[in-house]
Amino acid sequence: MQNTAISLTNVNKWFDNFHVLKDINLTVNTGEKVVICGPSGSGKSTVVRCINKLEEHQSGLISLYGKELKNTQESINSIQGNVGMVFQQFNLFPHLNVLENLILGPMKTRGKTKDQAIKIAMHFLERVHIPDQAKKMPAQLSGGQQQRVAIARSLCMEPKVMLFDEPTSSLDPEMISEVLDVIIELANDGMTMIVVTHEMGFARKVADKILFMDQGKIVEQNTTEEFFKSPKTDRCKTFLNQILKH
Amino acid sequence: MKKIYLLCLAFIFLSGCSSNVWGWYVINPATPSGWINIKFLVSGIGNTILISIVAAFISINLGLLVALPGQSSRKGWRIINRVYVEFIRSIPLLPMLFWVFYGLPIIFKSMGLNIPIDPFWGAVITLAISDSAFTAEIYRSGIQSIAKGQKEAAHSIGLTYAQTMRYVILPQAIRRILPPLANQFIYIVKMSAFASVIGMQELTRRANEIVVTEYRPLEIYSLLILEYLVLVLIISAGVRWLERRMGSNENQ
Ligand SMILES: Nc1ncnc2c1ncn2[C@@H]1O[C@H](COP(=O)(O)OP(=O)(O)O)[C@@H](O)[C@H]1O
Ligand SMILES: [Mg+2]
Repeated sequence: MQNTAISLTNVNKWFDNFHVLKDINLTVNTGEKVVICGPSGSGKSTVVRCINKLEEHQSGLISLYGKELKNTQESINSIQGNVGMVFQQFNLFPHLNVLENLILGPMKTRGKTKDQAIKIAMHFLERVHIPDQAKKMPAQLSGGQQQRVAIARSLCMEPKVMLFDEPTSSLDPEMISEVLDVIIELANDGMTMIVVTHEMGFARKVADKILFMDQGKIVEQNTTEEFFKSPKTDRCKTFLNQILKH
Repeated sequence: MKKIYLLCLAFIFLSGCSSNVWGWYVINPATPSGWINIKFLVSGIGNTILISIVAAFISINLGLLVALPGQSSRKGWRIINRVYVEFIRSIPLLPMLFWVFYGLPIIFKSMGLNIPIDPFWGAVITLAISDSAFTAEIYRSGIQSIAKGQKEAAHSIGLTYAQTMRYVILPQAIRRILPPLANQFIYIVKMSAFASVIGMQELTRRANEIVVTEYRPLEIYSLLILEYLVLVLIISAGVRWLERRMGSNENQ
């Protein structure tokens, strides 16, 4: 049990009458990297957002390190900062410069002094290879740089788990690899992570396990090797053919 | 400026067209009694401005206090916000003023509190409460103009609701909030005229008092309107300046 970072058991979620997640079962062990793929609207973001309590689930069990996540304030507080989240749209705070974006969390929720927070921030800015951009405003950075700042901002909270929701989908092609490289380095350092992505080259390199979702269900769940070698369902085969063609 | 100019022209035109309708002597600065009247009338502006500023200050804070629960994810908080806004918005100012000035002291007394409400505070409290429903809505739309992703990002780095508002949402929303708030100040200035009925010595009250002694309502109320017009035009100019400044900040 110690080894299990995240587990979802028969998780169901509805948006009003729309059954968006249907009996989701998923276990992520400490240090494991899981990639979720699937067509748009299949519920990938919703799974990730339920784990981070940005959405409530209506039935089933979600637990983090053996502790059940309920839809209560205590539960929400307990995961905040322990689960890092990187969004498709970066969501940097546009009125704060890069450094201020990074130190806000450690100072306000980890009780760090400004000096300590700056030290942490610079450490992680170096890890995402942009320590020289610390004083810039987000709008002055390229998309790839902004996303790396967003990753650093999450890391400053020293989370146990990182969630990535299509981190490269709104980037120009030439910037995708600089962001993926940072995530790969993080993976190599042993971070537990769930990555929603259609970058299959990245998945092949990093993932221990790949999930394919369609219409709110996990249709396939397999080790990376097996997933690419012998997809079981036709739906998954078609999907793989489509995205690998491009 | 053009507006004031046109208005002056209209006045001159009207006064010229029939000399037995108009009797500008009551406020003719060239005569001693006219000058005394003018001084008495115009000096009410101090209280008009003071009431408005104090009421606006309270309303700006109260409005925020009312707006924040409206953004909560908990239904109970949102209901409190909705009930306050709908309730306050639907009470006409004059009855509320009477209730605060004549009614509220009775409640205070029944609770054993000796809090007298003078005309100044009666007017200020009423204006502030009445206006707070509107300022709360201004905050609401300003806060809602900030993308949902900002709140989610703040949540993901562990900020509480209050911290999210304080450090992430409000600093961004402020440029959407300030111009309409300043505009709302104009509403307060105009509505402060109601303070006259509970005896507050502001512009309108003074006009009423001179009308009673001089029997020249047309001239005196014309001057009164002109006083408000000048006051509001100055504030509008300020609001436009603020809007331009906020607008130019937008693409920073
Ligand atoms: N807040 C919401 N309210 C109602 N429906 C939603 C909401 N968020 C997502 N959905 C719907 O849920 C489905 C799954 O969404 P999502 O998890 O974002 O899919 P994906 O990330 O796989 O593209 C979609 O059909 C989407 O329209
Ligand atoms: Mg999505």
